[in-house]
Order: sequence, then structure tokens, then C-alpha cells
Amino acid sequence: MDKPSSSLVRSHCVGTTAVVYASDYLNRLTGEKIERECRRQLNCGCRALVIDFSDTKLVNSIGISILLGIIDVAEKSGAKIAFSEVNSQTVQLFEMLGLTQHVVLAKDEHEALLTLSGFETTPIVH
Amino acid sequence: MELSTQKLIHTFGALADLGQEIAGRGDFTEMVRTSMHLLLGTLALRRGAVAECADSELCAVASWGVVDEVFKDLSLSCEEKEELIGADISDFLISGSASSSAFVNRYRERFRQDGIELILPMIVRDEITGLVLLGKKASGEEFSPDDFETIRAMVRHIGVGIHTHRLLEQVAQRAEENRRLYEELRAIYRATVQAFAAAIDIKDKYTQGHSERVGRYSEIIARELGWSEDEVEGIQIAGYLHDVGKLVVDRDIINAPYNINAKESSELNRHPSAGYEILAPINHPYADIPLMAKYHHERLDGRGYPEGLRDEQIPLGAKIVSLADSFDAMTTDRPYRRRRSFEDVVRDLRENSGKQFDGKVVAAFARAMLKEVKGETKERRITKMLGKDYLQGENVATLLADLITDLTAVGSSAQSYK
Repeated sequence: MDKPSSSLVRSHCVGTTAVVYASDYLNRLTGEKIERECRRQLNCGCRALVIDFSDTKLVNSIGISILLGIIDVAEKSGAKIAFSEVNSQTVQLFEMLGLTQHVVLAKDEHEALLTLSGFETTPIVH
Repeated sequence: MELSTQKLIHTFGALADLGQEIAGRGDFTEMVRTSMHLLLGTLALRRGAVAECADSELCAVASWGVVDEVFKDLSLSCEEKEELIGADISDFLISGSASSSAFVNRYRERFRQDGIELILPMIVRDEITGLVLLGKKASGEEFSPDDFETIRAMVRHIGVGIHTHRLLEQVAQRAEENRRLYEELRAIYRATVQAFAAAIDIKDKYTQGHSERVGRYSEIIARELGWSEDEVEGIQIAGYLHDVGKLVVDRDIINAPYNINAKESSELNRHPSAGYEILAPINHPYADIPLMAKYHHERLDGRGYPEGLRDEQIPLGAKIVSLADSFDAMTTDRPYRRRRSFEDVVRDLRENSGKQFDGKVVAAFARAMLKEVKGETKERRITKMLGKDYLQGENVATLLADLITDLTAVGSSAQSYK
């Protein structure tokens, strides 16, 4: 079940994996809410993160900075991270800037969840 | 798309966004924070921060992935600032060999531990406004000469943005201080004028408080006519000072206005012009105060003094002060006569509208009085000046309403008359 968190960032949990939707917040200062949501999910016990880009047409420099913050938070927590539904233009950008060295790219959310370890079938809603 | 082209597009996009952000007039912290993200995202830097210099202290304005401890007791001496201004970019690399910058050497270990790779001063007009701390690239690559150029350009932009915001803050602060000082000066001016009005009235033993009341009646009429607050204040001052010319008239003449010869009468009638001469050289914060004093004894029918002006030639402010002056004269006791009844005063106002007084001004004053009589106003200022019984009669409201109707029928709406 999708859950709008206090910061209006859409997210849900599948087992110990949190799926967070990047949406259009990512490209503005409000994108910091996504990082806070990821941090919250990790503090709640999630061990992996999926950032879903299905509603994100492009990613600008602010978005890249926010995503690096999320990667940083995940790495410090020992959590794995996957990006799903990233369009080809954005994939090229991530590759060029080196983000793909730190994350797994997946076709969609389902594939991301399968790829990440610690997958559980019982959804847990925080 | 070629990699270099894509990189250029990404960088130019960030520079355009940065320019827009810095030129905006938004919240200072948000501006710095967004600028920091734009810089970090352009080269995909893992972390970074922007710190502002306050004398020798460095305070974090924005940080991303940098722990607070990095900024604890972080300081930059004058000598270290000088060194940073003249230093080469290689001196700012934390992982490089010993830097020529004492500041970098002093904090190298602290920065290294938190993954800071590069430190750049923000320099505006040869002064350091702050520092930008940058982490490693997400790709793990070293900074290239192109990267340095991009970083330098963006850091310069951010520095100018911070500097401009701070300047604007100072300008706003000074404007506020000036506004406060101006308000204080205006208050002092008003108090001085009131004291002066009291001094004028002391000279005439029968009209104590007259100037102050004329000022207040004038203010009430002007407000009813829809004048701005500034204009209302101005006419109040004009009311206070309308008789200032009496200071140069012999006290015996002032105190015996019904027992004087032609020469003395001429001397008394000189007071509006004398008032103008006293007030004209003063730089009043309000317009036309000297003219209002000069023409407050002019009449619409041209039989007034000092110049015998007619209707349109008389400034509206002078017409207001004239009515206020006459109304106070009619409604206050004098040693040689009792004050007139309200009914008598209303009759006088009706008969002299269009001759001595402007009907639209009289109508406005009547409206203001009627509002008080009907209890439509919170303050009962006219009632206080006239005494609580004076407007108490049963027919007072009717008298005023009839007067307003008659005068409104004669001319156009007083509300639009200005």
C-alpha cells in the first residue's frame, strides 16, 4: 500500500526493502525530503532501498546531489540500493557521472525487489 | 549523444539554474542550499558544504553529507585569508602534498576524515566571504582541469550570491532604521508644532486650545473627504499653525478684537500673511502648510483676506482650516459672548455655504459629526471638544442630516471632491 509520508514523499515497504518514489520533487530543494524519507525507512529497519523513477522524466544537478546523499545514507547504513524505471537519457547521465557504480539499475520495481537481497513477500507498512 | 556533449549540457543547465537562483530574491538559506546542490550535482560530488565567514569564524550555511563536527571551532585568521586569496587551486586539495595554505594544513586531517577533498574560498572584491567544502567525485576519478574551471566558476557565482544577499539585508536594515528615525523625527515635529500652537494660543487669553482644536477639526474633515494619512497629518499641522502670524500682532489688539480701530483691524488682518512668511522658509514634511495658513480667512465670495481670492483660487486645505477655525469660534465661549447653540451654528453653516464656506467641506464635517451622534464611530472626538452635552439634543441628528441633504443637492458628492 502506498503511503504518503509526512513529507508527501510516496513510499512503501516490501519486506525490509523500502520503495521510494523520486517523482518531480527530486529536482528541487524539496528533494531533500526524499533523502529524509529514505533515512526514516532505514531507521525503521529497512535494509535495502528502491528509488523508483517512473514519474521522473529528467534529473538535474539538484536531483543528482540528492541521489548522492541517498547513496551516502544507504552506504553508511550498510543498505543496498537500486534505481528502477530510469529512462535511457537519465541512465546515460548516471553512467557519465558515476552513480551507476554505487547502485543497481533495474527495469522496474519488481525486478529491483528481486535483485536486492533481503526480499520478503509480506508487505509491511510503516 | 556523445559523452562530452551530454556533460556540457548537464553543466550548462546547472550554471543556468545557479544564475537564476542567485538572481532571485528568495530565502537566503534556501538560495545557498540550492546553489550547493547545483554545484555538487554538476560534477556528482559525494558531499559538500558552504560556510560563511563572520570575522574569523566559519559558520555552515548549508551542508550535504558533511557532519556538523567539521565546522566545530573552525576559524580562518586574517593571515590565512590572505594566503587563500593568493593560493593556487592545487593548494586547496586535501589529499595533495603539503599545501602552502596554513589553514588547509591546520584542518587537513579533520577534512580528510570526513571525506572532504577540496576546499575553495569564495572571493568577492578581494575579500573572502566564505568557504566551499567539496567531497570526492562519485565516479572516483580525480578532478580534471575542466572540473576545476567549472567549480571555480560556480563557487564565484555562489560567493557573489551570498555577498549580494548580505548587502541587500544591510540595505533593508538601514532602510528600516531610516524609517524609524523618520517616524521619530515626525513625532518630534508634531510635538513641537503642538507646543508651538499652545504658545500661539497663550497670547490670546480668550482662545486657549483654539489652534489645537482647529487642527483636530481639520483632520476630521480631511479624513471624511478621503484624504490619505499623510495629507490628514499635514492638514492637522496646518490647523495647529494657522494663527502663527498672530505672534507678530500686538497682544492688546488680539485680546480686544471688537474694540479696535481701522488701523488696528488692518494690523490684525495681517496675521495670515505674517503666518505665511513665518512658515514658508521651513521645510515641512507636508505640502502647502504655509498656504493653508495664509488663506484661512479667504471666502468663496471673494470678500475674505488677505488677497480676496474666490472659490477655485482657494486651496482646499485652506477651506478646511477656514471652516474648522470658524466652527471653533462659534462653539466656544468668549468673554464678550456665550457660544452659539448648535442649531444656530448649523443655520450659519447652511447660510454661509457657497459664500464663506465650501458646501462640500461643510457637508463632510456634518457627516463626521452625524456619525458620532449616531454612535457609528468608536472615538467621540468632536463630542469631547464640544463638551458632552453640546451634541445631545434630540434634533441634532436631524439638523445634521438635513444640512447634508441640502448641501449634497447643491453640489456634487463631497467624497469625490479633492
